[in-house]
Amino acid sequence: MAGGNNHRMKALSQRRAVCAMPVAGSYRSIDFTLSNMSNSHIQKVAVFTQYNARSLNEHLNSSKWWDFGRKQGGLYVLTPTVTTENSNWYRGTADAMYQNLTFLRDSHEPYVVIASGDCVYKLDFNKVLEYHIEKKADITVVCHDMDPGTPIERFGTVRMNGDCRIEDMEEKPLQAKTNTISCGIYVLRRRQLIEMIEKCAEEERYDFVRDILIRYKDVKRIYGYKIDTYWKNIASVEDYYSTNMDFLREDVRNYFFKQYPDIYSKVDDLPPAKYNVGADIRNSLISSGCIVNGVVENSVVFKKSYIGNNCVIKNSIILNDVYIGDNTYIENCIVESRGTIRANSRFVGEGGVRIVVESNERYPM
Amino acid sequence: MIKKEMIAMLLAGGQGSRLGVLTAKVAKPAVAFGGKYRIIDFPLSNCINSGVDTVGVLTQYQPLRLNTHIGIGIAWDLDRNIGGVTVLPPYEKSTNSEWYTGTANAIYQNLDYMESYNPDYVLILSGDHIYKMDYEVMLDFHKANNAEVTIAVMPVPMEEASRFGIMITDENRRIVDFEEKPAHPRSNLASMGIYIFNWKTLREALIAKADQPALDFGKHVIPYCHEQGKPLYAYEFNGYWKDVGTLQSYWEANMELIDIVPEFNLYEEYWKVYTKSDILPPQYISADSVVERCIIGEGSDIYGRVYNSVVGRGVTVGRGTVIRDSIIMNNTRIGEGCELNKAIVAENVEIGSYVKLGVGEEAENETAPHIYNHGLVTVGEKSVIPDGVSVGRNTVIFGETTGEDYENSCLASGKSLIKAGE
Repeated sequence: MAGGNNHRMKALSQRRAVCAMPVAGSYRSIDFTLSNMSNSHIQKVAVFTQYNARSLNEHLNSSKWWDFGRKQGGLYVLTPTVTTENSNWYRGTADAMYQNLTFLRDSHEPYVVIASGDCVYKLDFNKVLEYHIEKKADITVVCHDMDPGTPIERFGTVRMNGDCRIEDMEEKPLQAKTNTISCGIYVLRRRQLIEMIEKCAEEERYDFVRDILIRYKDVKRIYGYKIDTYWKNIASVEDYYSTNMDFLREDVRNYFFKQYPDIYSKVDDLPPAKYNVGADIRNSLISSGCIVNGVVENSVVFKKSYIGNNCVIKNSIILNDVYIGDNTYIENCIVESRGTIRANSRFVGEGGVRIVVESNERYPM
Repeated sequence: MIKKEMIAMLLAGGQGSRLGVLTAKVAKPAVAFGGKYRIIDFPLSNCINSGVDTVGVLTQYQPLRLNTHIGIGIAWDLDRNIGGVTVLPPYEKSTNSEWYTGTANAIYQNLDYMESYNPDYVLILSGDHIYKMDYEVMLDFHKANNAEVTIAVMPVPMEEASRFGIMITDENRRIVDFEEKPAHPRSNLASMGIYIFNWKTLREALIAKADQPALDFGKHVIPYCHEQGKPLYAYEFNGYWKDVGTLQSYWEANMELIDIVPEFNLYEEYWKVYTKSDILPPQYISADSVVERCIIGEGSDIYGRVYNSVVGRGVTVGRGTVIRDSIIMNNTRIGEGCELNKAIVAENVEIGSYVKLGVGEEAENETAPHIYNHGLVTVGEKSVIPDGVSVGRNTVIFGETTGEDYENSCLASGKSLIKAGE
């Protein structure tokens, strides 16, 4: 599921779908889910796109990055199309699947994993499937306990009994009764899914969570599969910022970068990062293709950025291909990709993260 | 019928023995260069950037690393339905099986490969130079002069000319004579080992000289074409071109990449250098580290101080370690509190903590002074260096060494410590 937009991303999602947001220096959000699927030996993957999909489609230009280009299965990008029966956009997650029901019908795999593309995590879907079979569940929902105090009003919450069967489920409650949330990852039988979606469509209902999960919770055996490993959703500016900053922690880096299985992404053919005289880097991630001439502290610098002389970058995220002119000071900011910042500029996010979108004429490099 | 105007044959079978232990286990074209590349990436990228999409890579010496690197050529966009990259090792024949005995002999043994593409021209390249060159421009020159053979040449300082094969040309760049490493050179145009042949001329010459032992382009094929009165032309190239055949030149070429605007610029958009890269994560630079005047590859973790150096992918540099003027190749781990000066450390090396490399007086290397010189410390791949040892200059270490191998925890300047076999 990669079609959504989200107002919580503010200016960042004007440029791209949330799932195409760059994460951790060299990845995009959707890479985590796609890599998990590839590493779980799921060979047939359909990506639903709708909102502002150019950047995402560009990223998915080849299935080879995630090893999906096999003779069995493959990577399918399903965008809304006009047909003789239908001229609607995807009106919801269930509708997106309904509009591509032939794809589901023509598949032969017994099970379906539904996952969103805006989360950062590692998960072996086979384990979820084994659990699903063991519990004789109709639907298994992957859940995660959020740290107490984390605002969770933008998630779906679940309450389980001792056997992990889900008893109660609420979508984006104002006052949450639990801190267990649904990760937006579901496992169920393909025929079961087709049946539910068809019924849903008959009643002109379009959302998988609201119109299927919550309505069926007492009728079907819906189980929760809890994960206690790293899991973050990036679909708000604050969470996007903090997820990136998490990668400055050694344990998070080791978990994602050093421990098998790997996370894959599109390879960009960029030269190594280059540090010239004046470069002073402290506790930061720097990606390939960057040229650094200034000070970078507690920041994540994405691919192919140029940081000029006497610049100071603090507690910030610099997205792909940003040019920062000399003597610039940036603190607590997210600098939008392909931006060009004039020399002698100053951007400080006070009382929160500031999103910097600057598209000046780039000086010839 | 398949038809390619020009195909390339890339000679990548040589050992490159002057790189010492760096090529003990890999062919020279597979040696790492510039943080994330291997030497062969440069001619391969030149091919695809010049529109040459059919490349035969001739391998012989230690080809494993080379084969896995090239694969089916995806990294260079050379995975083609027709053409693309083909690795060509020597093979057994019903009669007269032999290794590739010389540069031209290797090409001769692959006449069938070239024939299958029905080319007009064949480009002969070697896999051990660092440069960016548009072979299409050279081909235009070749066509414009109605040449049958064109040799790329480069002007070199007159005093150095005696180290090269020298071409003597007339005012139209037609080659009138040539000399191999002449004591008194008559020209300063050095051959770069890059040739364009008309396919018919090449085939005819290779078949005519097939019985020549160790058939070589410079020694036999070019002189043969010249004797036959074929029009031979010299194509002058004035860009950056570096033969990285010695440890000193290899080290220098790496260091030149660090310059503010290097003469050889990897950051240009229009002539990208491609490589197979499997490590993606960004590099992490810790709070108390320093990185100045250096280039560092993906996924490296730097906790120490790195000055004026080229660091590959997936390298770990421990706390308090100081690295100066060095080349650290992929996936090497360096412990804490080390000091490295002018070291070339190959891939997958484990260096303990408090190790000093490149300290003490200069002394000539005792076993191979022509290889290990200029004060460099060279460490071969997969070597292990134990904690707390100090190693002098002009030294070489190769293999899993332990404390017992170091007298008083020391390897004096000029010593060689080689524990890994061929």
